[in-house]
Amino acid sequence: MTRWMDEEAGPIVRPYALIGGRTRSSGDTLDLVALVTATGAFPSNGFVPSPEQERILSLVTEATSVADVASELDLPLGVVRVLLGDLKDHKLISIGRASASERILKEVINGLRAL
Amino acid sequence: MDFGPSDEPVALKILIAGGFGVGKTTLVGSISEIRPLRTEEVLSDRGIGIDDVEGVESKTTTTVAMDFGRITIREGLVVYLFGTPGQERFWFMWDELSYGALGAVVLADTRRLTDCFPSIDYFEQRGTPFIVAVNCFDGADRYEAEEVRVALDLDLDVPVLLCDVRRRTSAKTVLVTLVEHSLKVLTASQP
Repeated sequence: MTRWMDEEAGPIVRPYALIGGRTRSSGDTLDLVALVTATGAFPSNGFVPSPEQERILSLVTEATSVADVASELDLPLGVVRVLLGDLKDHKLISIGRASASERILKEVINGLRAL
Repeated sequence: MDFGPSDEPVALKILIAGGFGVGKTTLVGSISEIRPLRTEEVLSDRGIGIDDVEGVESKTTTTVAMDFGRITIREGLVVYLFGTPGQERFWFMWDELSYGALGAVVLADTRRLTDCFPSIDYFEQRGTPFIVAVNCFDGADRYEAEEVRVALDLDLDVPVLLCDVRRRTSAKTVLVTLVEHSLKVLTASQP
């Protein structure tokens, strides 16, 4: 999607215009590294994903962190959380958060050493 | 503490903390691909006089750019580095950042050692595993890691090391030291 960009100011549409001025949603508590995955379900109850939400859905066909979604869309985290909250409420995405096990940490140590 | 099948994607979070200008951005850049990440925060009273909002009284949020780096260990295993904001007025972002974090690197500058006190206090209180990495700036007096430990009144089990965050190998050693420490803390907490 092409957007009007101002080199200094960024996107011409103010971020909060994208979310109808809301700053609260069920996405508020999403951790930065929570993993978002599209469920592949169809929107129901008359919910029509916004263009930004469509971008998110095409981005998260594989598990993607909340921080990566915000970075890819170049939108502030708070805005992305609201967009994600809506998608979650309509069951279009699932949110996962795996904890680190001993085995994973050992793998990370070896991986870092090999960088 | 394994969760689910082994191919379940895992994303881990490491915080890079320390005073303003201590080298957090440099560390993230030495070891990972820096990516743009913006967050927006409510302007608190503490921002008055710093953020000039006169004439735009309705403006109550400000956009803050964060240091954000990503290291892919393998497909499905990614480590994210987040620089904590250096300025005191962004303290309120820390709780969110540190939730579920694997651990934190507190960067210290021996010329301004007190700058890292707030970070150390914070992670001690939260029980977040952390290490102290002393960034050796050109022209600063060299101190041994143990001297820094004493000056910071750190517990013996908190690793302290000297580093040069401009160097990739040094940045790597810092992160390996932290993850090894986190692993030790995790193992010790298991029955």
